[in-house]
Amino acid sequence: MAVTKVHGSPVSTATQRLLACLYEKKVEFEFVPVNLGAGEHKSENYLSLNPFGQVPAFEEGDFKLFESRAITHYVAHEYADKGTQLLLPGSNKSMATLQLWKEVEAHQFDPAASKLVWELAFKPIFGMATDAAVVEENEAKLAKVLDVYETQLAKSKYLACDSFTLADLHHLPNIQCLLMTSAKKLFDSRPHVSAWVADITARPAWSKVLAMQKQ
Amino acid sequence: MATPVKVYGPPLSTAVSRVLACLLEKDVQFQLIPINMSKGEHKNPDFLKIQPFGQVPAFQDESISLFESRSICRYICEKYPDKGNKGLYGTNPLAKASIDQWLEAEGQSFNPPSSVLVFQLAFAPRMKIKQDQTAINQNEEKLSKVLDVYEKRLGESQFLAGDDFSLADLSHLPNTHYLANAAGRGELFTSKKNVGRWWGEISNRDSWKKVVEMQKQRT
Repeated sequence: MAVTKVHGSPVSTATQRLLACLYEKKVEFEFVPVNLGAGEHKSENYLSLNPFGQVPAFEEGDFKLFESRAITHYVAHEYADKGTQLLLPGSNKSMATLQLWKEVEAHQFDPAASKLVWELAFKPIFGMATDAAVVEENEAKLAKVLDVYETQLAKSKYLACDSFTLADLHHLPNIQCLLMTSAKKLFDSRPHVSAWVADITARPAWSKVLAMQKQ
Repeated sequence: MATPVKVYGPPLSTAVSRVLACLLEKDVQFQLIPINMSKGEHKNPDFLKIQPFGQVPAFQDESISLFESRSICRYICEKYPDKGNKGLYGTNPLAKASIDQWLEAEGQSFNPPSSVLVFQLAFAPRMKIKQDQTAINQNEEKLSKVLDVYEKRLGESQFLAGDDFSLADLSHLPNTHYLANAAGRGELFTSKKNVGRWWGEISNRDSWKKVVEMQKQRT
């Protein structure tokens, strides 16, 4: 049987996104740490796994993939019958609805959220100064996105429907980081968003991902 | 006979043209409903019902309302697998995974810097908005690095995801077209041998030529 490998770092949000999916699907995998501090992700060896020199990268026997959201999509389909059902199979319509909210995470939520994660969570760790103007701009953008989420989550328990899917899972890494910063207020001030955040961050599979950071 | 699907938005919008290119590749009949963005029609309550972010495109067929151009494209390919270009989104899971990988690369690595450049170089002057030279410089550098990755990849395979044209290549058409034709940045692509070859091939596809025609008619 082909060995499944994840190359990445437990503190990388994109790596965490993939790990969350693998834990939800109960897929056995080997974690191969990539030393970002030592620039390992830019080495010739690693570039053959991810030509953009980013984490994570994924291998299943000879099959290789990069881009966390493409990998989770593949894993969720390939192991459709294992662990949590993270898709909405059954019709083109339900799959399209899922895909829509995955795109919203990627193109509306992530740009603003990841800039805030960098300014508020990572820069302090590296001893760099936070840029208040960037924070203000992106908090305003994220607030507008969360207004749309607030309306959507009043209609259904999760973003795409009443069950937890990849669309919700993809948000976990950035949300977890932001909950430990001043941006937490953006989630707390919106009741449906707040309830959704509490729910998805309490999932056992997500706790396993967080536990990896402590090792 | 099936009712034509509806696409809302101006063909000049890069995201709208992405969907139009896909519909033309798949030979799916559509009706294009104009949205006058300079009059703020995309922020009307009626439009916000089908696109809550107030952006274009929006899409409807008899089953569903959708937004986000890349999810609309995937839906069209999944719903009409036997129409038009059958391999556009792959015909097996591994091919599809590779296409998804490069679609994500387009969305995450290519789109951000190229969109800034399209706005700054092609649209801002026409809208009498002052250009931000720092943003232009930073994003040219970012885009150049992404194209270095593409240059290597396109030396290994004919198209991004493999040896057939796919949604992953198609997704690059709108921004690259403006950069090459309205922003004077064609050299970013043509100065690289494999990227230049690839751009020449994908921009010459009948589907894309039709989209460009539609953009010219609605100026």
